Amino acid sequence: MLSSTADHLYWMGRSMERAENTARMLDVTYRMSLLKQTVVEPHHEWRAMLSISGLHEDFEARYDEPSADSVMRFMALDEKNPGSIYNSIFAARENARAIRGSITSEMWEALNATWLEMHRIQGEGIAEDGVAAFFEWVKERSHLSRGIAHGTLLRDDIFRFLRLGTFFERADNTARILDVKYHILLPSVADIGGAADYYHWGALLRSVSSFESYRKVYRDLITPRRVAELLILRPDMPRSLMACLNEVNRLIQEINGPRAGELLRRCGQLHGDLRFGTIDDIFERGLHEYLSEFLERIYDLGDLINTTYFWSTDEWPSALPMAQQSFKMPLAGQMMAR
Amino acid sequence: MKPAYDEMFDAARGVRPSYESFAAWLDSTPPEVIARKREEADLAFHRVGITFAVYGEEAGKERLIPFDIIPRIIPAAEWQRMEAGLRQRVKALNAFLDDIYHGQEILKAGRIPAAQVLGNSQYRAEMAGVNVPGGTYAHIAGVDLVRAGEGEYYVLEDNLRTPSGVSYMLEDRKMMMRLFPELFARMAIAPVEHYPDLLLENLRSVAQEGVVNPNVVVLTPGQFNSAYFEHAFLAQQMGVELVEGNDLFVRDDTVFMRTTQGPQRVDVIYRRIDDDFLDPLAFRKDSVLGVPGLFNAYRAGRVTLANAIGTGIADDKAMYIHVPEMIRFYCGEEPILSNVPTWELAKADDLAYVLEHLAELVVKEVHGSGGYGMLVGPTSSKAEIEAFRAKILATPDNYIAQPTLSLSTCPTYVESGVAPRHIDLRPYVLSGKEISMVPGGLTRVALKEGSLVVNSSQGGGTKDTWVLER
Repeated sequence: MLSSTADHLYWMGRSMERAENTARMLDVTYRMSLLKQTVVEPHHEWRAMLSISGLHEDFEARYDEPSADSVMRFMALDEKNPGSIYNSIFAARENARAIRGSITSEMWEALNATWLEMHRIQGEGIAEDGVAAFFEWVKERSHLSRGIAHGTLLRDDIFRFLRLGTFFERADNTARILDVKYHILLPSVADIGGAADYYHWGALLRSVSSFESYRKVYRDLITPRRVAELLILRPDMPRSLMACLNEVNRLIQEINGPRAGELLRRCGQLHGDLRFGTIDDIFERGLHEYLSEFLERIYDLGDLINTTYFWSTDEWPSALPMAQQSFKMPLAGQMMAR
Repeated sequence: MKPAYDEMFDAARGVRPSYESFAAWLDSTPPEVIARKREEADLAFHRVGITFAVYGEEAGKERLIPFDIIPRIIPAAEWQRMEAGLRQRVKALNAFLDDIYHGQEILKAGRIPAAQVLGNSQYRAEMAGVNVPGGTYAHIAGVDLVRAGEGEYYVLEDNLRTPSGVSYMLEDRKMMMRLFPELFARMAIAPVEHYPDLLLENLRSVAQEGVVNPNVVVLTPGQFNSAYFEHAFLAQQMGVELVEGNDLFVRDDTVFMRTTQGPQRVDVIYRRIDDDFLDPLAFRKDSVLGVPGLFNAYRAGRVTLANAIGTGIADDKAMYIHVPEMIRFYCGEEPILSNVPTWELAKADDLAYVLEHLAELVVKEVHGSGGYGMLVGPTSSKAEIEAFRAKILATPDNYIAQPTLSLSTCPTYVESGVAPRHIDLRPYVLSGKEISMVPGGLTRVALKEGSLVVNSSQGGGTKDTWVLER
């Protein structure tokens, strides 16, 4: 397959997944900020939301104090914020448009319709009582495009690069949500089992659609350690790091290729570390340290995917402009404050 | 001026033999059915997105080319003669290109003034002495023909650079077969659907000597080009990659495309980018559409470009008048298809005559295309004529003039019902190891009453073209 086609597919998958995850993160933050017994200052929540995405500098340059209203506007609708839901959906649609001939017409039409509706919503703004409905809509459109891909695409490299983008982005996003929320919630750990704790960890689980799953798996109180275990190591939890890496690793093995050696090795390593890791080991190292390292490794893998399949530097005559990049978002890792 | 020849009706309003079957069907089909079918066609074209972008309009705006359901029907005998004429003409044009970039025999023989060729901005000195496979330059030619009377076809222009429109020919046929299958069952209509196969075969046949399984690609300027739909369509129909300049790179005078499985060699490039933009190292430095080093690879005989670089000299309007002479010189035959009589405004006598008769003539820019920058005297206002006169006087060398041909008409659905509208015809001639073409071509129709300009960018539409097999 042409490198540029694969590149567009990968970013189409990533962008749509990012739109969904941003909606999820905003949703959980919004819910937490509504809780009466909040354990932290309300604007802390919103600041944390910005640092998850690594966008606080851009925010501070253009907005005042983070608040429900301002962060919501910035992360959902702001045309100037490359990480907003608005721009993620735009990027997904533009990447799809560039390769219309490679995807099914259903796939294109769904993404195009999503973009047209997003554009309309952006023009009208989101009323306070429409916030929850908006997040639901974003999630549904993401589910729809993933479902159409699953239901209509031939199982070749077109399908694989699209899925690679989806699961790569999801691994990145789940790790970020867990890292930041865990920090914010930690002061309350002393009060394990308390009502505030229940609501907050419950909200975090709900943001990754895992509340019911937690109940089924553990049939017990919500504890931070189990939440981390569920979201990091459980292979049957579709948004866990393990589940994402299972997909990524399998997809890269299937795509393979003459330059894929180093990528396969590094991906296999990360996959193996998750597969044979235990939650006790992770907590002994420190969850934050563990997740930071995971994100570093994900970021390196992203670079390697780029040079292996899309823009191998050894083929680039130095004179060529990298004009191709215009529809894409910077890698999440690049935007993250380190 | 005598009334225009109508393809369907003779002077006494009798139906011509070629249209008898169709007319009978049209008479027996209720108008509501026709109206419904026309709506269906509109919807389908919108959904598939068969559109083109219009230059000068709001950026990114796309329009549908209007499609008319009354076909243009060509009797078998007329097509046979036309096909023979097209083969002869394209053969001579290719021979001419090979000659002027090598021995220049036709100039030495004094049959065409050397200055008109070598001094023309379309002559690519870089191509002198470059050998191309089989001596074929114009692999894909779109020759515009018009009919003035019974059996009387004229060549209006030879498009030898990157002629477009063939996707409409194919989509129009698909639409007609979908809307009116019964007509195809009843009449013997020559098929055209195998054009992409012929094109692929033709492109593969012009790969460099020794290449076993040539890798063919379609090179497009990208999705903002007016003909992007066609580029994507043809690549998809041929089952080859659609690439942009960024997808290709040149190393050791060899062209590769970047794929997820590593570099893959490219042997034949069906390019839909103009010469000037092909290679920023060789031509326009500011081109971001092209591939640096492509021209060197081409000159080294490591890749085939279709069409070749430098074909613009042969379809230039200043060269048009010499095509009959080319046919005599290279083929030793009399031209089968006629040229339209043409005045060259570079000549003082011709200029004087044309300025006297502007209101009767069609004046065109020598290098123009797409119906831009032309004057149709009989349908222009006094003010338009005077404005054009000033442009001619400023740079007379830039223009040629032709009599206003009374282009044939074909009944066409318009707002007020069915009315005659002027049409032309663009058959596509493929040259490789052999010359091949599908019967017919693209029929364009000027939808404005009395208008002679059929270009899609000027409000023209299209019709399916039926060549009868008997």
